[in-house]
Amino acid sequence: MLSARQLFCERDDRLLFESLNFDLEEGQVLQVKGSNGSGKTTLLRILCGLNDNYRGEIDWFGRPIQHQRDEFYGSLLYLGHRVGVNMVLSPMENLRWACNLQSPTSDQQIVEALERLDLRGFEDSPCHNLSAGQKQRVSLARLLISPARLWVLDEPFTTLDVYGVAVLEDLLAEHVTRGGSIVVTTHHALSVKTGIQYLNLDDQ
Amino acid sequence: MYKEHSTSSGLSAFSTTLKRDLLVAFKRRNDLLNPLMFFFIVVSLFPIGITPDREDLAEIAVGVLWVCALLASLLSLDNLYRSDYEDGSLELLIMSPHSLYFMVLAKILSHWLVSGVPLVLLSPILGYMLALPPEAYFTMIITLILGTPILSLLGSIGVALTVSLGSRGLILAMIILPMSVPVLIAGTLAVGQAVDGNPVGGHLAIMGALLAMAISLAPLASAAALRITIN
Repeated sequence: MLSARQLFCERDDRLLFESLNFDLEEGQVLQVKGSNGSGKTTLLRILCGLNDNYRGEIDWFGRPIQHQRDEFYGSLLYLGHRVGVNMVLSPMENLRWACNLQSPTSDQQIVEALERLDLRGFEDSPCHNLSAGQKQRVSLARLLISPARLWVLDEPFTTLDVYGVAVLEDLLAEHVTRGGSIVVTTHHALSVKTGIQYLNLDDQ
Repeated sequence: MYKEHSTSSGLSAFSTTLKRDLLVAFKRRNDLLNPLMFFFIVVSLFPIGITPDREDLAEIAVGVLWVCALLASLLSLDNLYRSDYEDGSLELLIMSPHSLYFMVLAKILSHWLVSGVPLVLLSPILGYMLALPPEAYFTMIITLILGTPILSLLGSIGVALTVSLGSRGLILAMIILPMSVPVLIAGTLAVGQAVDGNPVGGHLAIMGALLAMAISLAPLASAAALRITIN
């Protein structure tokens, strides 16, 4: 459903990748690897349409993403380095906004998602009182609520503890089983093994 | 096959963004008070600094009120996109499956409600301090109701362009102030006419036209600037 053709990107006169191709089908995972500064985040932002300093074509069900931005964004969930959690709002208020932007969401769904991520009791405390890992979990709660079929995750494991890592691994596996697709950058060895492809940017 | 889902309607995305921004503003109400206090203090210094003579004050009242309203709105603009840029919420907004135009419009509307409307409400008291003639109050309030949203709309373009820069205070003023001059001229002229007892319809119509133009074009320009900013 997502395919990239002949992607080329350079930054500060340094080539990040060229002739990059891949096809991601339903129920597949693309794990992007590479050393620091190899362009993993840049590639993910390009796939999400956040960065347009590239050449090549990115298609969503056979049509370029620029031509169907609203449809593409209706099926996409991106979690970047900046978690998208406002510090003065509570997890509840943050998610009520972030999720309703994409699809109608009830408070009940948000409470259940927070509970699964072990944030029960923190629903209504301001996010600046939460630890980095807890903020990361607030943004991960969107994975449980969003109907998006393509997840683009940038280092989602970094600040999580052992329990958080286990929950996230489960979420990834469930999403793939449902027929969703994932593009993820991580140095962590994923437990999902079926339908996984690797893309190493150091080789590009 | 993946389950089909319903995307939220544009209207509900607009209202959820508006509600969120109002909530953030409410939780940061100290930040909102600063521009208002600035407006109040600067205006109240004029009778002390220039002259307490009512006739002389009436002469400059309109100009002082409008210039201070302009500067106060400039002060409050930084809240518009900065925290969203820093915490990544801006990326969520851009990647929502709705027209960025309306999302930006919701943010600007919220900004006007929490910064422009209080200025309008405060203006009669300040008009009294500056000995504004009684017949000009109504026109002054109408021009501020028409003018402050234009300042928020124009300001949004400037903030969207500069939000990723480190020190943006001066460059923001350089971008916004020249664009705001027509509003300032139309606003002060209208109130001046009202003071002299002349009809003000023409000037108000010009302000209305400026507002209509700003509503239709400024969110487009802001949306384009935000896309470039996060690039």
